[in-house]
Amino acid sequence: MEKKLFKSTKSRYILNILAIALVFAVIALLIEGKVLNRYQANLLIPVCYNIILVVSLNLAAGFLGQLPLGHAGFMAVGAYTAAIFTKAVDLPGPLEFVIAIVLAALMAGLFGVLIGLPALRLRGDYLAIITLGFGEIIRVIIVNLSITGGAFGLSGIQGHTNYIWAFVVMVISVYIVVTLIRSRHGRAILSIRENEIAAESCGIHTTYYKTLGFAVAAALAGVAGALYAHYLKILDPSTFGFMKSCELLVMVVLGGMGSVIGSVISATGLTLLPELLRGFDDYRMIVYSLLLIIVMIFKPSGLMGTYDFSLGGTMDSFFAKIRSLFKRKEAKNK
Amino acid sequence: MLFLSQLINGIQIGSIYALVALGYSMVYGIVKLINFAHGDIIMMGSYAVWFFIARLNLHPAVSIVLSILFCAFLGVAIEKVAYKPLRNSPRISLLITAIGVSFLLQYGMQLIFTPNPRMFSNLFPGQLPIGNFSISNATLVTIGVSICMMVLLTILVNRTKMGKAMRAVSEDNEAAQLMGINVNNTISFTFAIGSALAAVAAVLYCCSYQQIEPTMGSMLGLKAFVAAVLGGIGSIPGAVLGGLLIGIAESFTKGYLSSALADAVVFGILILVLLIKPAGILGRNSHEKV
Repeated sequence: MEKKLFKSTKSRYILNILAIALVFAVIALLIEGKVLNRYQANLLIPVCYNIILVVSLNLAAGFLGQLPLGHAGFMAVGAYTAAIFTKAVDLPGPLEFVIAIVLAALMAGLFGVLIGLPALRLRGDYLAIITLGFGEIIRVIIVNLSITGGAFGLSGIQGHTNYIWAFVVMVISVYIVVTLIRSRHGRAILSIRENEIAAESCGIHTTYYKTLGFAVAAALAGVAGALYAHYLKILDPSTFGFMKSCELLVMVVLGGMGSVIGSVISATGLTLLPELLRGFDDYRMIVYSLLLIIVMIFKPSGLMGTYDFSLGGTMDSFFAKIRSLFKRKEAKNK
Repeated sequence: MLFLSQLINGIQIGSIYALVALGYSMVYGIVKLINFAHGDIIMMGSYAVWFFIARLNLHPAVSIVLSILFCAFLGVAIEKVAYKPLRNSPRISLLITAIGVSFLLQYGMQLIFTPNPRMFSNLFPGQLPIGNFSISNATLVTIGVSICMMVLLTILVNRTKMGKAMRAVSEDNEAAQLMGINVNNTISFTFAIGSALAAVAAVLYCCSYQQIEPTMGSMLGLKAFVAAVLGGIGSIPGAVLGGLLIGIAESFTKGYLSSALADAVVFGILILVLLIKPAGILGRNSHEKV
């Protein structure tokens, strides 16, 4: 019988926390030790909020099996909620920012429920169109309200977001998605993706779980919006259009619908790529659209498919291989 | 007076929506795909007409015919390259591919012709006075051409052999194949007709608004799709009715409320329709089979 080193949940948690701390320490060393210049260090923040956006969209698209095209709308709700809050109150920085992020999540989640309840009664294409419509309506409302600064945008937001905030919030958000998927609720959500009618006849309350998945995705998009608002310090309603939603969808599809690690990799890659390749920006959308078509035709499940990475599992199989190598040597010696 | 002029504006833009909605409706009926690229085919048609007239100095009538042929060819090409390989995959993949095609056309054109708008001269200038009121010729031509197109399409679908094949394929793809209908050709033909209608809509749109840009198709396409859903997707009279209703609603919002709210009103109508009667006004209710 093989011995597994990381069998218990607790040991896996410890392993994962250590690994994340290690990654964070490397990043912090690189930034504080001035190995990365300011421009490169600042790139970490868009990477983090894009990871949150893509992972949360993957929850709705990959795990729940719907196709929401209004994700940028929820991001806008979160961004404006947080920005208006931090502009209105005058609390000590970190406290104010934490409250702003929580408020952004609640507000975007509330919108998610409000939009999800009617929209999720529909399937497939209709759901895509109705979420697209809602996304556009949210944008039009923002442009026409005075509290949001209208079409000129909202400026003068405090720059709370730094790489530490971005990294910590990103880790918490991804953790929420991963634990949700692996829980009982997550299995219910997956069953809806696999076959909605079968799930319903097994006694799963499909409307409840669809709305749950949709609302969590929306709330996390709101969190990303809060980070975004306090990073750019200025909000322009036209950035939260259909284009942004589609860009996020490209990242989800490329990484793999239903793979968290795929989303993290593709969000990181597609955020850094335009920054690293000068002149790529002109061709960015053409490359994205070609990628969408080619990936869909040749590997519809995305680069990673539904594969997901587990550090504990990988370590275990690694140790098991080493052990079997030793055993083979012992057998030869005998 | 404002009411009457807004109503006429509404019918004008509504007939353009109706032409585009017909394309959506036919394609959806036959392959169950929301062809996101349909709006961009209108854009391609507009650029084609503009290119033939302004750059190659061809006669407008020749240019219009050429651009209709170009769009029909483009529609078939998109279907063969991007949609056909995915015919048996999940609907969500097909939808994502359609979004990809739409972006490819938009940004490809931005790269070739720059994102700046181009001016398009009205092919039907002048006005027709009626009492103390006047209607522009472009409006009359738009409404007239749209009615002709709809009548022709109805005859095509209901009276010809190809129309019969189209109806059969949309009813049941496999059964149609067993009856000896060439499904691939029928689907290609549907895309060709839908795209040709989009080209006609493009010419009419250009004459009324006299400005073209690479992103013009996306909003136009979405609104036409809303029109198709409102009327009942898959139904020809439904698409016409939906197009006119959406056009009139939009024009009244612009006239009496605010032009910024027009898009929100259109999408609001979509949401109401989907919640109250998802099959649309003239659509048939379909039951989900296990």
